[in-house]
Amino acid sequence: MNTVVSTAPKDRARELVAMRARIAAGVRNQQIFAAVGVLFTAFALLVLIAAFLDLLIDGLPRLSWDFLTNFPSRHPDQAGILSAWVGSAFVMLVTMLSAVPIGIGAAIYLEEYAGKNWFTDLIEINVTNLAGVPSIVYGLLALGLFVYQFGFGQSILAAGLTLALLILPIVIVSSREALRAVPIHIREAAYGVGATRWQMVSDHLVPYSRGGMMTGVILGMAEAIGQTAPLITIGALTFIAFLPEMPVTGEFPFLSMEWIWSGFTVLPIQMYNWVSRPNVEFQINAAAAGVILLLMTLLMNSLAIYLRYQVRKKIKW
Amino acid sequence: MFKTQSLKFKMTALAGLLAGAFMTQAAQAGLVKVDGSSTVFPVTEAVAEEFQKSMRGKTKVTVGISGTGGGFKKFCRGETDVQNASRPILAGEMKDCKAAGVQFIELPVAFDALTVVVHKDHPLNAISVEDLKKMWEPAAQGKVMKWNDANPAFPNAPLALFGAGADSGTFDYFTEAITGKSKSSRGDFTASEDDNVIVMGVSRNKNALGFFGYAYYAENQDKIKGLDISWKGGKPVEPSAANVLNGTYQPLSRPIFIYVNAKSLANPEVRAFAEYYMKNAPKLVAEVKYVPLPAKAYEYNLSALQKGRLGTKMGGENKVGLTVEQLMSLEAKQPRDGMCRRGAETRQVGHANGAAA
Repeated sequence: MNTVVSTAPKDRARELVAMRARIAAGVRNQQIFAAVGVLFTAFALLVLIAAFLDLLIDGLPRLSWDFLTNFPSRHPDQAGILSAWVGSAFVMLVTMLSAVPIGIGAAIYLEEYAGKNWFTDLIEINVTNLAGVPSIVYGLLALGLFVYQFGFGQSILAAGLTLALLILPIVIVSSREALRAVPIHIREAAYGVGATRWQMVSDHLVPYSRGGMMTGVILGMAEAIGQTAPLITIGALTFIAFLPEMPVTGEFPFLSMEWIWSGFTVLPIQMYNWVSRPNVEFQINAAAAGVILLLMTLLMNSLAIYLRYQVRKKIKW
Repeated sequence: MFKTQSLKFKMTALAGLLAGAFMTQAAQAGLVKVDGSSTVFPVTEAVAEEFQKSMRGKTKVTVGISGTGGGFKKFCRGETDVQNASRPILAGEMKDCKAAGVQFIELPVAFDALTVVVHKDHPLNAISVEDLKKMWEPAAQGKVMKWNDANPAFPNAPLALFGAGADSGTFDYFTEAITGKSKSSRGDFTASEDDNVIVMGVSRNKNALGFFGYAYYAENQDKIKGLDISWKGGKPVEPSAANVLNGTYQPLSRPIFIYVNAKSLANPEVRAFAEYYMKNAPKLVAEVKYVPLPAKAYEYNLSALQKGRLGTKMGGENKVGLTVEQLMSLEAKQPRDGMCRRGAETRQVGHANGAAA
């Protein structure tokens, strides 16, 4: 191409003008794209902020310490969400304790150990497809398996495991992505100095991909905390005016597992119940509960993001 | 050093979780389990709240909402102690209960008036059951699309229908009362399980007609208008607590029930809860905007509990147009024809069970 370029000064000047125009057009396009991107991001954020503000304005009159420490009641001004938020917190705890080890374990196995054959492919396709299964289907599965087959009953344990199943595909897929993002040189270097596969995985792969894995866990937990349908299917309660036994007790051995058998309700169920009440005053309670639910999600996510930041800071390649 | 410690801690936590998981589920002492209809929920919730206060937290009550049908499935497997029902137990459900050996005591707790509502500016003030039938029967689908298709005297305006979802006891009762057959209705209407959606729909559409329980009408009278109902050529009757009690608001008055598992009554907590329910229902039912039964009915229920009078008096079906008196006479008629003796027997069995446990 360059050899064909005419050497006449006039032609070269014309070339230069054309090239400058092309560059300007490129810059302009880039700016337009950036503007559109900012616009879309702002739109998504605005919708979230509008929804949050709407809830906050509606729910503000009911947001108080009492609202967090009272049990549900037929009197809207005395009704609180104590059993609901404690229930949500306990169910999330079980979900996290079961989904994180299983999900990350499965991801490590599929990524590092499993051979490339039709069976692995089958598992892969299924894991990806599971992410698209409607949540109510998990509820039905859990009702048959956990509640009746295993005899867990309508308990926090059954609920936590149900939601763990629901978020497993998300955790597995994102953990595999994170493992894949670790440069191949790291693996080769580890093997080069004589590390076994397990040493390579536990000393290098997992620590370096922890940030990405956490992102998957955050997404999964945020999804789980808003779920209603599968929990109603397995028999979540609506009115419950007592708390599960606390896991930490004053007597030896200081740890009690009684709470996993307790009946429960969660915030979204309490909200739904209030929204569908005849008494208009309960709508305010529903909005206030919505604010708390959003704050809980936000708190959970920001904690995870903070941890992820701390982890990433330590990675030095 | 740090790493091994945290790993150890994780292992202990995991082992604890596993050990917990394989432990047998501890019997939950002092727990009364209630489940069932969302229509009865507000009443039972109010009773449960007050009952727990009066017991100072010694007895725990949980109330779930899985619908009348869903609740009966659990109740007839013996998973719950008390069942909330917005319609009587049906023949099929009685069979399930029998198969699982679950016997029950049926206690009507209140009356509800299904209310037919229109937009507050609508010219109509009353409507007959016959006209409602023309609007709602299956044959109306795609044909009765304007108000004056049902009755030439009605305005020439499009008809927008709102109603309860097909899984609810409310839908079952309304269709039984209006079209004569349970669940028999046109399909082209806006259905919602959430009655507030219907309130909103009707309040925003000048040509809408919808139906739901009286409590939702009572709370939203500023937004919607309740129609007076005339039946079999009678005078139109306004939906109100008084008219339900005197038996003139027909056929849309319906009793709502709780069913108590007879075996659970051996548990003193369940017995105390059921008795507390009957003693405090008059006040609490009115508080949540339902129509309380006359005091006599609750006394009768109490004696049914104490004597262990088993079975249903409703014959396994929805009975339409029952007045409070008729409901009570149904109650009063039964004990003579063998129900009483059977009740006494099971009561002894129940006590024997209690002693063994």
